[in-house]
Amino acid sequence: MAADGLHENETLASLKSEAESLKGKLEEERAKLHDVELHQVAERVEALGQFVMKTRRTLKGHGNKVLCMDWCKDKRRLVSSSQDGKVIVWDSFTTNKEHAVTMPCTWVMACAYAPSGCAIACGGLDNKCSVYPLTFDKNENMAAKKKSVAMHTNYLSACSFTNSDMQILTASGDGTCALWDVESGQLLQSFHGHGADVLCLDLAPSETGNTFVSGGCDKKAMVWDMRSGQCVQAFETHESDINSVRYYPSGDAFASGSDDATCRLYDLRADREVAIYSKESIIFGASSVDFSLSGRLLFAGYNDYTINVWDVLKGSRVSILFGHENRVSTLRVSPDGTAFCSGSWDHTLRVKHFRVTNEAEIWVE
Amino acid sequence: MERMVVTMQDPDQGVRMRSQRLLVTVIPHAVNGEAAEGGGGGGGVPAEASAHPGVCRAGSDIVEWLMQKYSIAEDEALHLGSLLVQHGYLYPLRDPRRLELRPDETPYRFQTPYFWTSTLWPAAELDYAIYLAKKNIRKQGTLVDHEKEHYHQLHRKINHAWDLVMMQAREQLRAAKQRRKGDRLVIACQEQTYWLVNRPPPGAPSVLEQGPGRGPCTAGRVPMTKTLDFYRREVECLRRALGRARVKSSTCLEAYLKFSSQHGPHDPIMSGCLPSNPWVTDDDAYWAMNAPSVAMPTRLRVEQWAFSFRELLEDPVGRAHFMDFLGQEFSAENLSFWEACEELRHGGQAQVPALVDAVYQQFLAPGAARWVNIDSRTMEQTLAGLTQPHRHVLDDAQRHIYLLMKKDSYPRFLKSDLYRDLRAEAVVPLETKRRVFPFMRKPRHSSPSPALLPASASGEPVGGDGDGET
Repeated sequence: MAADGLHENETLASLKSEAESLKGKLEEERAKLHDVELHQVAERVEALGQFVMKTRRTLKGHGNKVLCMDWCKDKRRLVSSSQDGKVIVWDSFTTNKEHAVTMPCTWVMACAYAPSGCAIACGGLDNKCSVYPLTFDKNENMAAKKKSVAMHTNYLSACSFTNSDMQILTASGDGTCALWDVESGQLLQSFHGHGADVLCLDLAPSETGNTFVSGGCDKKAMVWDMRSGQCVQAFETHESDINSVRYYPSGDAFASGSDDATCRLYDLRADREVAIYSKESIIFGASSVDFSLSGRLLFAGYNDYTINVWDVLKGSRVSILFGHENRVSTLRVSPDGTAFCSGSWDHTLRVKHFRVTNEAEIWVE
Repeated sequence: MERMVVTMQDPDQGVRMRSQRLLVTVIPHAVNGEAAEGGGGGGGVPAEASAHPGVCRAGSDIVEWLMQKYSIAEDEALHLGSLLVQHGYLYPLRDPRRLELRPDETPYRFQTPYFWTSTLWPAAELDYAIYLAKKNIRKQGTLVDHEKEHYHQLHRKINHAWDLVMMQAREQLRAAKQRRKGDRLVIACQEQTYWLVNRPPPGAPSVLEQGPGRGPCTAGRVPMTKTLDFYRREVECLRRALGRARVKSSTCLEAYLKFSSQHGPHDPIMSGCLPSNPWVTDDDAYWAMNAPSVAMPTRLRVEQWAFSFRELLEDPVGRAHFMDFLGQEFSAENLSFWEACEELRHGGQAQVPALVDAVYQQFLAPGAARWVNIDSRTMEQTLAGLTQPHRHVLDDAQRHIYLLMKKDSYPRFLKSDLYRDLRAEAVVPLETKRRVFPFMRKPRHSSPSPALLPASASGEPVGGDGDGET
């Protein structure tokens, strides 16, 4: 009926304007308690000294762009996925390949290692997330035991196991995130709210273990309650797609890397952005970010083939690392913080050792 | 990138320019790259009657300028400059086949904005065909292998329009002949650069490639239709967010300082690790000593249990000792209950009913063997919820018990003799220096994959212990 149609249009417009005014009020509220900047507080912290960096392992074996990687909890194994559909499990300490699977799709943009170390999950343009139990049985074809867990209506951009092997959290180009039961493939909870593709997610190391953050092409980073499916907090200060989000080790904040060439730190208790990591000479997007164990350093991989290392507290750049011959697509610090691994479109993964030193130390290389 | 390029061309602050002789022609505004004596150059030969907005700069001048303007080191400036060239914003006047930046006297010019990659002017096949045809006509045999291949392919593909292609090509060449030689050369370079970016030779990475779903082709992508639901949700989320309790910035930021300084010594990147970083010395003793269920935890590890309750519980060894302590205090059922709740929350959906029942029988039922002391209101609500068991039915009870342990048992644990003894007995490994001579390097031990070991019931990681000696 014409009357109903009009009613709907009014509601849409009025909702939109209500949302805008609420956003304005929210910014006002957030500003009220902002009494100091991070770099001011950090003035009394000692500046970081020299550092040494060396690539310790180069993993070659992917015939195509490496898109994603994840460490195993044993601190030496990792899984990586690439554009040609290959997913490989490496013992990166010895550089041996332990398992390899070819997915039936290309652009495997997401992969994750199960907490037990007994399975991996991956997905991409097939719009699904599949779990492969890892087997050393030579007679068994890994693909035979594959479990199709998640089903989205667009590409899978990120996936992560929760605290156990039995649940998986996924993010997709269809604008939603979802929590799945691995055994049955049942959808446990879905998360709607992004206005465009969701590109990344990270689980909170919080005490209650019930939230996660996601970032998307709508420039928003959203924090979700896993139980209710509701968005708890949202931050919209980036100027372009958010490619990567990662929690600060204490769980009270998270960092994001974006195509606007900046990384930003958002504090959850203060409910605002508290730091921007940028430099005029950095003009390419950041594709992947991760913290060192103590949260003092933020490693960020960029589309200009470099990795920039930021002092989280002081906001300055500690170092720029070269070494890849194409854009860095994924970067993760190892679970015990002894090294970090970067994967790139140049087909390689590199495990790098980075160490901040005092000038008094003599480093024998 | 374009902002940078535009700044570089600024006559006052941009890269220094000079005129340059190239072969027999004089290129207006060619900037040479000798070591600039500092100061952005506005000098040099004033603009001659050149139709082209682009002006020349030279390799090392460009690097210098980048270094000064953005306060970066030479390697970064070179890298950045190279990227600008690779993306076609700058092109070399000599040897225009290779898009790379040489930090010497090699002259470069700025690409005209018409050819910028961001204009998203689709590099159509027809245009490419015309370009190749022109090249072929002008000088037989200048087409490189891959270009020849493309040429033949296109010839087959758009055979029907081939007359048009040849006609366009000849027409453009004729028009070009009417320009001055200098301008002609410049235009040819510009075009060549454009096609080098859009049709890179085999082996060279294509800088235009983007991931699926994003990139230049999706620039005009239609955003998700924002339905009524979308805005309703957004409004709800915003209302909730407004009601949120906030903490002032100074408190939050101080917390980072505290966290970083507390955890600094535990961060191998900041403070190294003992006996040595396995990646550096190829010795995995560090991993063996810090295996999840090692008998003798290191001093650092034991100290970390005092940082927060969460960190104590996350460590299997810490948790086990805490359980022992609770046993001494006759409240071990609290931790067991908490663990059972974790298993429920993170376990498989199919196990939910059985687990809930088991928990009820063991911990919640009146007269249960290991009855946990929850406040009556929470207990009532929990018991009521048990009629319809789901993964989160024990969340409130779990939270209650967690807070109880955190506020009560945990502080006592930290002051206990048990903990003090653990700290005193904890191992402090001796440092193993890196061997200087590489040929004495230890062989890297492989370790059994976690996938080979039987998985524990709670799905906790069974870490791969290294073979290294303890």
